[in-house]
Amino acid sequence: MEERTEIRLSGSGGQGLILAGIVLAEAAILDGKNAVQSQSYGPEARGGASRAEVVISDGDIDYPKVTRPKVLLALTEQAFNRFKDSVADDGIIILDSSIEKDDTPREIIQLPIIETAKNEIGKGMVANMVALGVIVELTKVVTKQAAEKAISNRVPKGTEDLNLKAFHAGCNLAEKRV
Amino acid sequence: MSSSPRLMQGNEACVEGAIAAGMRFYAGYPITPSTEIAEIASEKLPKVGGKFVQMEDEIGSMGAVIGASLAGLKAMTATSGPGFSLKQENIGFACLAEVPCVIVNVQRGGPSTGQPTLPAQGDVMQARWGTHGDHPIIVLSPSYVGEVFDLTVRAFNLSEKYRVPCILLMDEVVGHLREKVQLPDPATLEIINRKKPDLSKISHYNPYEDYDGDGIPPMANFGEGIPFHVTGLIHDTTGFPSTKPEVTEALIGRLMRKIYNNIDDIIDFEKYFTDDAETVIVSFGSPARSAIRAVKILRNEGVKVGLLRLKTIWPFPRKAFRELPSTVRNIIVAEMNYGQLIEPVEAACAGKFNIFGLNKFNCELISPDEVIAKVREVNKNA
Repeated sequence: MEERTEIRLSGSGGQGLILAGIVLAEAAILDGKNAVQSQSYGPEARGGASRAEVVISDGDIDYPKVTRPKVLLALTEQAFNRFKDSVADDGIIILDSSIEKDDTPREIIQLPIIETAKNEIGKGMVANMVALGVIVELTKVVTKQAAEKAISNRVPKGTEDLNLKAFHAGCNLAEKRV
Repeated sequence: MSSSPRLMQGNEACVEGAIAAGMRFYAGYPITPSTEIAEIASEKLPKVGGKFVQMEDEIGSMGAVIGASLAGLKAMTATSGPGFSLKQENIGFACLAEVPCVIVNVQRGGPSTGQPTLPAQGDVMQARWGTHGDHPIIVLSPSYVGEVFDLTVRAFNLSEKYRVPCILLMDEVVGHLREKVQLPDPATLEIINRKKPDLSKISHYNPYEDYDGDGIPPMANFGEGIPFHVTGLIHDTTGFPSTKPEVTEALIGRLMRKIYNNIDDIIDFEKYFTDDAETVIVSFGSPARSAIRAVKILRNEGVKVGLLRLKTIWPFPRKAFRELPSTVRNIIVAEMNYGQLIEPVEAACAGKFNIFGLNKFNCELISPDEVIAKVREVNKNA
């Protein structure tokens, strides 16, 4: 069976996780791979649990949902608690520093994603792009070039620079840690 | 030239397919999980000279679509469960008045407001019998984003060809999924337009006269100089109401005949590994993707299992079951509901096979593991 990488981006509605998932899937396609992106959210416009899921593969993607993610991003405590046990044995959890980590038997990488967006970039709403930079730098699941192109394609016109800056801040956060 | 591969959402592929098929009118009332169809149509239709109208509700939307189609435009509306319920009365009007149109239902959990953001396949029977009275209808169901494009084009083509409403029955998974797709070159697409009356041969146009003997009356555009009458009452060939039994029987009979005489043109299904299969999974929409994965995994282990993936749901593709090889003993119908498609499957099989349902009604997609477990259970017991 073909290699299949599952990624789950979780948090609350309004954090831009679905956009981050779209960018990740589009970057994988730009890299010449196959990818699907799906989402799950409640009936609320803001708040409430929200998640985006991405499957990247060299072959066909039949079942489009994520069951054993190799990467879990959790930007809220609720998301962390709900999904930490779903992570594959060799998977990683990327956790925002605002959330207290526990003894989950998985590699947990804790970084100040939301704080970096707020303080370094000056806009909390780009935490999704900071998180994306962290994921790309840590996992190399897509190339940086493809991610940059996908960001430019997908973010609202006029905000490309802001989003790219946030993405690079995320890359730096992860790089410093490694 | 076909476009380069790109990431596209199912709902977006629906609009792309509709415009490629010639849709130039959309009326709708937004509802999750179909809203992107309205949103994208509102952007794209004006750019090709089409019209987009957000109506006051779903009933009005369906009425506007019927009006636009009578005036000569290819027209579509999109909705989900609660809106689909509201559209039923006017869908019946379109069936009887033979107005070509496409109705998209991106299924969510029901009944009532149900689970607005989550997938289900609970509208299989409503798509067939949601409007009252004897009537034919065509219902197509895609499993992939690329297939949403193809089946939307096909929905318009069948609707135009047979003058019948055509329903594209999606589910939230396929509607919201973003997937790598490569759209075909528009020049390679077969596009069918409704038959028009040939006024050089017809001295007086009767809008419901079967001039060609194929059960499909040619259709003039309203407002282009040929006046005619359209009604939801049973009517004769002039389009005016009649209570005569012979007129009633002739009309209902013709409505059915024009579909059922052409059933091989309308039904569409795919067979995977059914040739030597002992157990065949029957599925449609997004659960069929899980079934394909399950078949691949089980085949690797030597389990003789296959899949029948239905792309036309109604009229029900009975032929697919007649064609199954003699090795087949068990059928598993995998659907995201309490058991709807299993009923026509049972009728089509007429006791020939052991039939089991794999039903999930918690508004989560059936997983490959669940399909595998069901196949193992059935093979062990049957």
